[in-house]
Amino acid sequence: MSLGNLIFIVLGGIVPLAYIAYIITSRKASVWENQEQYIHSRPYMHGWFVVVIMSFPSIAVLLIAGFLHATGVYTVSPFIVVAACIVLVALGFAFGLRKISPDFRARNKVENVIKWFLIAASLVSIMTTLGIVLSILFEALRFFDAVGFWNFITGTSWNPDTAFLSGAGRGEESAAAAEFGAVPIFAGTFMITFIAMCVAVPVGLFSAVFLAEYASPNLRKIMKPLLEVLAGIPTVVYGFFAAITVSPLVVKAAAFFGLEADYTNALSPGIVMGIMIIPLMSSLSDDVINAVPQSIREGSLALGTTVAETTKGVVLPAALPGIVSAFLLSVSRAIGETMIVVMAAGLRPNLTANPLEGMTTVTVRIVDALTGDQSFDSLETLSAFGLGFVLLILTLILNIISTIIVRKFREKYE
Amino acid sequence: MSSLIESSQANRKRYKAEKRFKFYGFFALLLSMGFLIFFLTDIVIRGYTAFRQAEIKAEISYSKETVEIPPLAVNEEARDFASRGFVRMIPLQVENNPELMGDTVVQWIVANDDVDQYIKGKPNGLSDSEKQKIDKLKKEGKIKLSFNEHFFINGDSKLPEISGIFSAAVGTIYVIILTVLFSVPIGVMSAIYLEEYAPDNMFTRAIEVNINNLAAIPSILFGLLGLAVFINFFGVPRSSSLAGGLTLSLMTLPVIIISTRASLQAVPDSIRHGALAVGASKWQMIWHHILPVSVPGILTGTILGVARAMGETAPLLLVGMMAYIPEVPNSFTDAATVLPAQIYTWASASQRAYVERTAAAIIVLLAVLLTLNAVAIWLRNKNEKKW
Repeated sequence: MSLGNLIFIVLGGIVPLAYIAYIITSRKASVWENQEQYIHSRPYMHGWFVVVIMSFPSIAVLLIAGFLHATGVYTVSPFIVVAACIVLVALGFAFGLRKISPDFRARNKVENVIKWFLIAASLVSIMTTLGIVLSILFEALRFFDAVGFWNFITGTSWNPDTAFLSGAGRGEESAAAAEFGAVPIFAGTFMITFIAMCVAVPVGLFSAVFLAEYASPNLRKIMKPLLEVLAGIPTVVYGFFAAITVSPLVVKAAAFFGLEADYTNALSPGIVMGIMIIPLMSSLSDDVINAVPQSIREGSLALGTTVAETTKGVVLPAALPGIVSAFLLSVSRAIGETMIVVMAAGLRPNLTANPLEGMTTVTVRIVDALTGDQSFDSLETLSAFGLGFVLLILTLILNIISTIIVRKFREKYE
Repeated sequence: MSSLIESSQANRKRYKAEKRFKFYGFFALLLSMGFLIFFLTDIVIRGYTAFRQAEIKAEISYSKETVEIPPLAVNEEARDFASRGFVRMIPLQVENNPELMGDTVVQWIVANDDVDQYIKGKPNGLSDSEKQKIDKLKKEGKIKLSFNEHFFINGDSKLPEISGIFSAAVGTIYVIILTVLFSVPIGVMSAIYLEEYAPDNMFTRAIEVNINNLAAIPSILFGLLGLAVFINFFGVPRSSSLAGGLTLSLMTLPVIIISTRASLQAVPDSIRHGALAVGASKWQMIWHHILPVSVPGILTGTILGVARAMGETAPLLLVGMMAYIPEVPNSFTDAATVLPAQIYTWASASQRAYVERTAAAIIVLLAVLLTLNAVAIWLRNKNEKKW
């Protein structure tokens, strides 16, 4: 019997026991209530108090034992765990039953427990961030140790194919050592991000201006959900669309102009990614444009300017910080986007300025390194964490800058 | 006076600029709608044919010999065109129904993917003589297209003609159940803490900044977390819906926290004060008065979070949920795959017939997601309460 099963069995025992204890205690407390004595807390609160006091210690024991077992640190004998739980439940019940009295402040005690639960729940998100940072950092450090941080950041040749040899203890056999220069990968990422922004920024911004300044309320009501549909389409679907439909179109269009394009060109994932980001750009800009006070607009219009002149001369400059932050968030989204580039961009790192050639991105290399059949400590697998580290830092910086800018903007107008 | 102003050269220019500016905005909107329509029609045109499947009328003779060499059971005319998925089941059929032995049955059986693609007028790997044979069979009424139920009741297969989305759909349901189970209670609890309890100090602000950051972190990094923490550290089975569900719930958590906070904020303070004034404790106020009125908002956020999690692929690839899984998973620790991952594997498969199946799976996924989003929008509009 595994400890995992055991935990479920014991929990199955604790829950009914706790229910019985709840009934007994709240009956006891309602007797006082019926005698019209003064009673500080309602009977059910006394019940909950006993439930907490009898079940929490044993659940904690179970969780700790389970954690130790799952992480492989130490496996406690199941019998000891069960015995400890039974003793704790019995002691808790006896103690709780003695403790309660009409004057006992059960409600305050129970609510305190609730509050700690809520705090624990909000710590989960902090733990998630910590988990992401630490899990990436540790593996990334191992990778940088082996490759060298500056070689990784400034090297122009990415050639991990022989990495498995050293993983298999045959490092000397390889003719050429594996190289991990990430510049071509960064270049590909920025190229595709740049193309995506060329699509998303003008279209998103102009849509936002039109919706905020010109569109009737009815048109707004229809168009905003329709734009949200673009945002709700899964990226894997966009990836399929980019690979199957847009790439051949790009190749044909290039051939029409006498140019040669790869089927894994950077242009098609870039364009499709731009389409995907339009709703993000437009809804964030729409929010800030709407946050610009109406009085500023009316002041400008009263001087006889047209709506376009007001928008260009007054509204957009006022909303500029918000628009910049929308832009930064969109860039961060584009850099971290995975499925579109995995399906439509190339696998080969390629340092070029020609968007019609195939190039690869950080996220593509991460997926490629981790879905192959390399062992977990091979250098290529670790390279995924090195790239993930760069991706994390980049997106964190972009997100934080955009948060700060937008907060400054809000402080100014709200 | 006014006609004087309007007729002046400079003003005419200004009004033209105004019109141009408005047109740019309108054009941008039109462009995004154009993308949407082009995209949807493209997917539907590619995919709708997969809902029908070519079948061929064949004589199946069950004998000792044909159990040994199953292809011989199919009459010669249809032999090359029958799906191997049907042919290899012949010995099993006999095993289950021994009375079939010695019989000859005429029935419609699934044709292979090349025939299917040829009938639908798509690129295929058939030779000219094979095409002529099929044309002849078609004239005799021995080949037809009928509703492709395999697509909905089968799992993945190496043979496009009998591969389906069922196991992936079950995997998606498993993953979503786990995601909701983990992320909704924790998300709602932390939103309640931040909105109702938390004092305005450094710690609280750190949590808030952190949640906003988490919402903007690329999803693939959650995959790295899932791989390093859940699989390598805690030993959760790779490719299991448990690993996927845990990873996705961490990703959905910020969405749920943010939307729950918004709906808690929308509850006016008068309700809080009223409850406290009649002697309710803080938790009683939250549980009896604040939460019930904010349920629609929480629900809307949950649906949007679920819709996002349902379409997510990248983190699931990293925790191994893209493996070839023909069987329906039986438990949360079985290897499973999800619809988007199935779309990804089919999209990278080499047989041509998978293209339309990929598009068909996309149609199914989009139908579900758009319904979810529509429900969320409807809920939001319906419950937009003005206090």
